[in-house]
Amino acid sequence: MQDKQTQTPKKGFDLKQLTKSRGFSAFTAALLAIALGLIFGFIVMILANPDKAISGFRYVLVGGLGRFGDVLYFATPIMMTGLAVGFAFRMGLFNIGASGQYTMGMFFALYVGFMWDLPNGIHWIVAIFAGMLGGMLWGIIPGLFKAFLNVNEVITSIMFNYIGMYLVDMIIQGNGVIYIASKSRTNYLPSTVQIPSLGITGSNVNLGIIFAIIIAIALFIVLERTTFGYELKATGFNKYAADYAGMKGKRNIVLTMVIAGGLAGMGGAFAILAPSAIAGSSMTYEPINIIAANGFNGIAVALLGSSNPIGIIFSATFISHIQRGGTLANLVGYKPEIIDIVIAVIIYFSAFAMIMNAAIGRFIKARINKRHQKTEKEAK
Amino acid sequence: MENYIVEMLNITKEFPGIIANDNITLNLKKGEVHALLGENGAGKSTLMSVLFGLYQAEKGEIRKNGQVVKINNPNDANALGIGMVHQHFKLVEIFTVLENIILGVEPNKLGFLQKSEAKEKVMALSEKYGLSINPDALIEDISVGMQQRVEILKMLYRDNEILIFDEPTAVLTPQEIKELLKIMRGFAEEGKSILFITHKLNEIMEVADRCTVLRKGKYIGTVNVKESNKEELSKMMVGRDVNFNVDKKPAEIKDVVLSVKGVTVPSKHHKNNAVKDVSFEVRAGEIVCLAGIEGNGQTEFVAALTGLDKMSAGTITLSGKDITKSSIRERSVSGMSHIPEDRHKHGLVLEYSLEQNMVLQRYWQPEFQKNGFIKFDAVRKYAEGLIERFDVRSGQGPISVVRSMSGGNQQKAIIAREIDKKHDLLVAVQPTRGLDVGAIEYIHKQLVERRDAGKGVLLVSLELDEVMNVSDRILVMYEGEIVGELDPKNTTVQELGLYMSGAKRNTAKEINHAG
Repeated sequence: MQDKQTQTPKKGFDLKQLTKSRGFSAFTAALLAIALGLIFGFIVMILANPDKAISGFRYVLVGGLGRFGDVLYFATPIMMTGLAVGFAFRMGLFNIGASGQYTMGMFFALYVGFMWDLPNGIHWIVAIFAGMLGGMLWGIIPGLFKAFLNVNEVITSIMFNYIGMYLVDMIIQGNGVIYIASKSRTNYLPSTVQIPSLGITGSNVNLGIIFAIIIAIALFIVLERTTFGYELKATGFNKYAADYAGMKGKRNIVLTMVIAGGLAGMGGAFAILAPSAIAGSSMTYEPINIIAANGFNGIAVALLGSSNPIGIIFSATFISHIQRGGTLANLVGYKPEIIDIVIAVIIYFSAFAMIMNAAIGRFIKARINKRHQKTEKEAK
Repeated sequence: MENYIVEMLNITKEFPGIIANDNITLNLKKGEVHALLGENGAGKSTLMSVLFGLYQAEKGEIRKNGQVVKINNPNDANALGIGMVHQHFKLVEIFTVLENIILGVEPNKLGFLQKSEAKEKVMALSEKYGLSINPDALIEDISVGMQQRVEILKMLYRDNEILIFDEPTAVLTPQEIKELLKIMRGFAEEGKSILFITHKLNEIMEVADRCTVLRKGKYIGTVNVKESNKEELSKMMVGRDVNFNVDKKPAEIKDVVLSVKGVTVPSKHHKNNAVKDVSFEVRAGEIVCLAGIEGNGQTEFVAALTGLDKMSAGTITLSGKDITKSSIRERSVSGMSHIPEDRHKHGLVLEYSLEQNMVLQRYWQPEFQKNGFIKFDAVRKYAEGLIERFDVRSGQGPISVVRSMSGGNQQKAIIAREIDKKHDLLVAVQPTRGLDVGAIEYIHKQLVERRDAGKGVLLVSLELDEVMNVSDRILVMYEGEIVGELDPKNTTVQELGLYMSGAKRNTAKEINHAG
């Protein structure tokens, strides 16, 4: 028994250890939520059109597999915004401003793409960093407000979603190089600023997804291995205890929001700098006064991934996957909105599932403890 | 066959993971004060909640006057004449005393409140039992002792004949306690039956006829108090002999460790200052106790002392260094260890493992990190050492989630962490709050051991026994001021109570002289 007690949690391959970990229960909770969400989605599909429900549902489930490149391509920006929301959430901050940070990041990347003339091979890298900077700028402001004036970050970041979006739309529309008024969209970006493609035919998937995964792993290491991660999580769990332990709460709030903003900003850069499968074109942005949906999808991704960076890699990929499937369900006459309903239900259930899972976990633990006590007693 | 008014037979109540009541039987005679004794977590409150209808038992039955009754909610209990004064009062702060008493059973005519009728009845009861109150005062303006009277009157107004008191004396001054016990006796003589939950043996000896003891959810026994004694009861409660006296040799007082001058802290609740011009010193090798009734500025003072809150005036010097403006971390590094009042709010990150909590004050030191990366092996080794030395028990050792540990072991973990950290001054705020006798004994021993190791100890306590037994010097705080300095050897609990309730105070001159 003594040996087991001294086991290190990081060598957590032991199944018994695994089932006890928070990550495992979050994972099973997510699976449960997905299953319930899909069942509910299927019911909605049956109600909408009973004849096509099965073939439509098959598209939703496995449609994305045939287009895995696209799945990863669309997963990239929501993975980044998911990380932006999830990382801040670990500190107890609800960064609802990922949309604004994403839009700012996208704009900064666009600006560098059009207005700076840099050599091939460097241009896109600089543009990504510019995007990160833009997001950081939009993240630091709610952070400063929260840290020094105790203004709720939800309120500031919602307002900054609008400010960011209108500001960007205004500047873009006023810039003749970036904007083509006749097409009410941005011009095609030069190819030097497009992120190298991964070369999967018919898809725009690019190095961005690799970067996103590397960043997620890096964040995981920061959270689990560093003193900063220790402080950040401690603050998220119990900010009073963090104060008591002398942690610099204000600095950590600002730092966390800067990092979160930078992540979302890079997400915007990855989205706009993606290469186009059609030669001579690029991604474009339409300044039509709509808040970037990828920002809000990031909240769903973070929730489903339990704000765990590794979980977010999978949840972003999954949500992207069923979104592709939803688009394909169009082929048999379903509106793609049906998939939005399914995603909404999955998120809804994931909150329930966490509770149910915790209850089941407690129950099992209680049984084990009881048996344990009994054997202990008998041993005496 | 005795004539019992209430019989709780073979009650079993389970919560996920624990059996709070395991086959417990309790019989209440008409006209007796029946004490229910047990450590924290023994199942006293659960059992009473079953009787009051807040919980339903899985097994067992409740009888009233020999008839089996089903109590599904507090309204059922009320209808059976069962009333309860909860440990944390259930009063509407912004209502008047009268409104609170009649809440839920308001006399009305065609839906119009008949206040004067209610008032008459309340005042009659108040006079009859000597529970003087001001019916028009707002709850938020009256003292805790007064609020308790309101709770008692609530039961009487509903004509309850079985009265449950859940740890009623925890919030009272010695004088108020005395009065309450007298009132309880009076109820019993009048034929009402009292169930009195407590873990204070003195009160049981004073007021109770019989006493039922629970331990870890199990029924241990019922004794006639007159035929028993404190030692027997405590042994039944804890399961072993308990040493009530804190063994300590005379203090060897050395240099000043902490010097506090003119500390003033504004209140968060009202315009007045919560702490007013407090000055004192703590020397190495002594335990100074800051005594007082809850809410007299102790919490605010400690927050200012440890850096959790700002103060508006005054200076604090620790081992000769002015730390008035220092951050929490700087104070900690300068030699201040702090066992906080609320271990769940401040002392621990409950979701973190035991080892993570053990380094809460030290994770940033080179011993435990390199270039910002935590040295997990060092943390593990350090935590294992502390767990061993301080006998901190948990399910999985260093990787146990602290939330899953018992209160006593959580507190031991904090004490281990704060004592092992380099320090000259240990600030211990209500270190034994909510703990059982065994854990209290352990903690007192640790405090005395710190003192003997030449550290200064500032103990903030509400428990009179603790104040009298552990400290070398007592400072009494009342309404944010230090109103007296006492030597525990030359003072009585009664005198201490007079200071605590503001009835007596030294002049400032006397205090300065003594200090």
